[in-house]
Amino acid sequence: MSDVVEKTLTALPSLLSLDSQPGSAKLSSTSKLGNLIRGITELTSKHEEEKLIQRELSSIKEQVSSPNTTMRQMKELMVRTIYCEMLGYEASFSYIHAIKLAQQGTVLEKRVGYLAVSLFLNESHELLLLLVNTVLKDLQSTNLIEVCMALTVVSQMFPKDMIPAILPLVEEKLNHPKEIIRRKAVLALYKFYLIAPNQVQHIHNKFRKALCDKDPGVMTASLHIYLQLIQENPEGYKDLTASFVTILKQVVGGKLPMDFNYHSVPAPWLQIQLLRILSLLGKNDQSTSEIMHEVLDESLRRAEMNHNITYAILYECVKCIYTIHPKSDLLEKAAKCIGNFVLSPKINLKYLGLKALTYVVQQDPKLALQHQMTIIECLDHPDLIIKRETLELLFRITNAQNVTVIVEKMLEFLRISGDDHTTIDLVGKVAELAEKYAPDNEWFIETMNTVFSVGGDMMQPDIPNSFLKLLSEGFDSVEEDRKLRLFAVNSYISLLQGTPGKLPQRFLQVISWVLGEYSHLREDLEAAVVLRLLARLLDMKNCSSETKSWVLTAMTKLCEGGSGVSVAQQVSETYSSSLDTVLRQRAQELQYLSQDSELRARVLPRGAGLEPVEVDSSLSFLDGFVSEALAAGAAPYKPPHQRQEELAGTKALSLEPYGLSLPISMSSCSITDRQSPTLLSMSSGLSGDSTDLSHKGGSATLKLDGVKRVWGREGYLSQKEPVEEPAQVEVPSPLRSPSQQGEADSSHSQTPTPTPTPESDQEKQQLASSLFVGLGSQSSVCLMGKSEPTAQRFRRKAKGHSTASSPSEQISNSVVSPHSAVDNLLCNNLLDSNITSELALSSPELTSQPSPGLTTTNGTCDTEAELPDSDIKESEPAVIRDNSVVATDPAPHEAPDRPKDLCLTSHLPAELSGLSHSEISHLCTNQSLELSACHVQKEDSLLLVVFITNSSDSAAQQILVQVDSEELEVSCVCDSPVEEVSSHSVTVCQYSLTVKRPAVHIEVVGMVSYQLANGTSQSAQFSYKLPLTSFIRPLTVSTEEYGTMWLAFSHDTKQNLTLISDSQEPLTATLNVLKRKLQLHVVEIIGMEGIVACRVLQDQPCLMHCRVHAGTLAVWLRSPIPDLPDCLIYHCQRALQGH
Amino acid sequence: MQFMLLFSRQGKLRLQKWYVPLSDKEKKKITRELVQTVLARKPKMCSFLEWRDLKIVYKRYASLYFCCAIEDQDNELITLEIIHRYVELLDKYFGSVCELDIIFNFEKAYFILDEFLLGGEAQETSKKNVLKAIEQADLLQENIDFQMRLFAGTVGEVNIAVVVDQ
Repeated sequence: MSDVVEKTLTALPSLLSLDSQPGSAKLSSTSKLGNLIRGITELTSKHEEEKLIQRELSSIKEQVSSPNTTMRQMKELMVRTIYCEMLGYEASFSYIHAIKLAQQGTVLEKRVGYLAVSLFLNESHELLLLLVNTVLKDLQSTNLIEVCMALTVVSQMFPKDMIPAILPLVEEKLNHPKEIIRRKAVLALYKFYLIAPNQVQHIHNKFRKALCDKDPGVMTASLHIYLQLIQENPEGYKDLTASFVTILKQVVGGKLPMDFNYHSVPAPWLQIQLLRILSLLGKNDQSTSEIMHEVLDESLRRAEMNHNITYAILYECVKCIYTIHPKSDLLEKAAKCIGNFVLSPKINLKYLGLKALTYVVQQDPKLALQHQMTIIECLDHPDLIIKRETLELLFRITNAQNVTVIVEKMLEFLRISGDDHTTIDLVGKVAELAEKYAPDNEWFIETMNTVFSVGGDMMQPDIPNSFLKLLSEGFDSVEEDRKLRLFAVNSYISLLQGTPGKLPQRFLQVISWVLGEYSHLREDLEAAVVLRLLARLLDMKNCSSETKSWVLTAMTKLCEGGSGVSVAQQVSETYSSSLDTVLRQRAQELQYLSQDSELRARVLPRGAGLEPVEVDSSLSFLDGFVSEALAAGAAPYKPPHQRQEELAGTKALSLEPYGLSLPISMSSCSITDRQSPTLLSMSSGLSGDSTDLSHKGGSATLKLDGVKRVWGREGYLSQKEPVEEPAQVEVPSPLRSPSQQGEADSSHSQTPTPTPTPESDQEKQQLASSLFVGLGSQSSVCLMGKSEPTAQRFRRKAKGHSTASSPSEQISNSVVSPHSAVDNLLCNNLLDSNITSELALSSPELTSQPSPGLTTTNGTCDTEAELPDSDIKESEPAVIRDNSVVATDPAPHEAPDRPKDLCLTSHLPAELSGLSHSEISHLCTNQSLELSACHVQKEDSLLLVVFITNSSDSAAQQILVQVDSEELEVSCVCDSPVEEVSSHSVTVCQYSLTVKRPAVHIEVVGMVSYQLANGTSQSAQFSYKLPLTSFIRPLTVSTEEYGTMWLAFSHDTKQNLTLISDSQEPLTATLNVLKRKLQLHVVEIIGMEGIVACRVLQDQPCLMHCRVHAGTLAVWLRSPIPDLPDCLIYHCQRALQGH
Repeated sequence: MQFMLLFSRQGKLRLQKWYVPLSDKEKKKITRELVQTVLARKPKMCSFLEWRDLKIVYKRYASLYFCCAIEDQDNELITLEIIHRYVELLDKYFGSVCELDIIFNFEKAYFILDEFLLGGEAQETSKKNVLKAIEQADLLQENIDFQMRLFAGTVGEVNIAVVVDQ
């Protein structure tokens, strides 16, 4: 205490001189606040209160800014200001004075000053910078109380960038003799870790020291940090498991001082913290889990007193037991424990019981069965919170058989709940369940109707989007698609005929789209009727302009026939003068297209919603504009990432305070590595703004399908699983009574089932049987998602899963596959080439064979049929891609031509026979002539070889072959042009190709004309596609040359690519793949960076800079040619994907 | 823990402590909505609420509601006990605490809270230690008051000052 006295004595003279009548000041201060409070309570209206407080605040304002106000008075004023702020009146004028008080006051005034600062400001407030100096001073104070206050304020808020200024002082405090200081220092470091983790990275070993502190309080404080650290990286702290277990053992065993007991339970906060840490460490880790089994058992055993705090520990214990690697007897005890919660008459415990059930039901669905009657009671509980939690539980156990009942319960809840957050969440869940398990079309459409009407405009936008996508992509059966769409049309027509004014905007948008696209399916319905219904929507007052443009687009699709056109004309007239430009645009479109049905058929072909739209990601159509702007003196465009990088390079602001060395804030440096995603493909789609991914990410639910059932009551199940799988086909009949289920259940698990009380009414039992159907002991596996697909009615087509990338997929394959052919043919071995091409041919045929038979079974709940079926769907894209690549890939229908290819190869000019050439593909046939072509890669050129086969008996004369391409420069290599092909012979033309303008794939178009022997002239057109990769050649440069070239090139692109991580050196492995597949030249690899160069024939260089960053390959391409980097990155992507 | 609110049955805010940085506008909105929601609940209902993406744990002591917001993975029951422990601390400090004690000495209530919870985490759960820390700071106050009165020669007033301060 001597420190304190010394400090106060030094402070005394100044105090005395300022305040002549200390005693009276003290008394009046109390009364001033008291007066204020009493004054407020006497008031009757809010208005009067406002007036009083404003008066009070202006008087405070006057006093705080007066130079004569002492710190002592300031302290009192500050207390009153805090009070006014709490009542909701702003007093920002006082913030600076709060800081001043903390700075200049004596210990007591400081205390109030710090309190006011911590209440007024938050950590992003700029005034907080002014506090840094004060904190720094107080941390160095000899007065313990001042140090405590400084640490307290620092643990609550501190400017992130200033942490380095005080970090050494805080670290020093970890060795302080007083435990309260050590404890607060640990918590301050915890705060620092939360706001700027990399600032405290270097003191992790000090955290360990804190963990071993002899004072339990300090050790407990350090657990906050460890919980956070382990949450982020459980692998890094496995070695501490034994220590945590030991600590928990000691705590549970009552080894801590009595002070730490709470209602005679030893340190419950500490226990819970440790249990949370252990569950993180033991998750998916058998050996670590085994270390903790014993102590968990003991924790369960010791927590037997009937008090909230024991239940808190038990709850955490149960969660831990179900999270870590399972042990059967522990699970049994935990299950029993959950039973105690669920059956407790205390509502809080019941709630937690439901929550625990929701947590464990994925692993142990039988538990839900055991408590089914309680669950049903909770479903009708007057407290909405209990009801809500029960629905959450039911959501987890939904399957195809109970979906209707559960969804009905959810919708019921939605109608009574007024809370937006709940509505949004629940609507998403209903939509998910409906999509997954809908038993039939009517139910699905009706449920979605309710979702749209209840969810209104609050719901996640991906719900309507994915619904429309589902409708438009359809399923495997055309007939089913038609029925579903027709049902939707019918349902919407009747909705529009009712009172559409009540429907939310989103729903109206969905309705307009569906009607525009599918109302033609209903034959008895005239388009004009639909048009009139839609036109009515436009007249509604609450119709937003976004909805209106959906409606107008739908009308554009429908306007045909006499009366339809007149409605359309009328509407378009009204809106063509609208102030909204989008609406005006739509109205104009409607006007023109309604008049010109031919144009309309071309612009809006029926059922073409799924055609991939090609997007020019390089925006090459803007090139002219850009070059004009550059010529006019505009600065060249720099992509954001480049600007960021340059900015980071010249960080101007120095934050170095008070001579302490301060490393540049790491957090601000990390911005530089932002990737620039160049989306090369876009799904066609509806509004195009949502993909499957966003849907999955949007609904924050645990995804059950695909989750492997690793364990259950019996222990680890991984070996048993395949054996159990077939057994689940038998689905318990919905009529099975709950008691029967109970029997089956109890025979399986030893825990007693609560027998339903005799008086529990019939209704509840029925509900139970409909809710818990499909949860029987045998079909329990079904919850684990394995058999979920069996019930999933609306399963999207395989291509639906990858809509986002499908258009590009199609292009890409045309690019990748010829390459493999090239590789195979490198040795030009005829026999080999034959074998490989036949292999390639046979696989699609084999897989496509069984599909017609199996697709018919889709839509039924046939388990056996489903598994092979899904296999086929996976292979479906393969079939598609082979067909789409007519030019280069051997498609099945070409099979008869095969022997001819063999012959044609032999016609390759002798000088080319040693080089690698592509598959010879058929171009066109006209009467007696047949044209085929292949390309041959020479070192400095690419040759297109055209074979002209004359299979007729007479010769073809005056043959003229013209080859041209937008992207290429074509020159004929032949010495003299071919003029005649005699009967049954083959002639070869060669063309040398060089790239004029790079594109991802390059098309050559051509025409052949000739004269037959009888004098009639003939002509035929053909086209041939080549990937850009055929033109790529390595560019051998030195690192220095590379450097100068890099700086000279202006066009660039940046993207992150997949890193091939299965080898020791991912970078080298990845670059080798690129080198092999794309013929790039690897200039140099230095550490985590590599530089690569190539050229596109003839001489268009492209440089690539690669860096391994966060598990991906950050690639930066530069070239003098505008589109080249974009095209090349595309091929790199494909090459690595195909790997 | 994200924040803690104390409010009366009439919906008057008595204490607020925010552990997450929020703007004043947001704070006001949250307070208003929460006070309304909690006051509307019936006595036999569950002490936990799902509110936005947070979990609210509340408990009523006489005329005062104590209300904490926690994250989803946090333990609701232990939060209920945090509230209880805080009430115990107030009770011990003020000697059978009532709402008026907190209204007129709210800064003391804040000091106690800061010794008990720091940055949203339980800092010191031992009742004895929390009160020791508070009393030490208070003792300092008495010390200064005493010394000052000593120097001013008005020793007679010391008793009054100590009484008032307590």
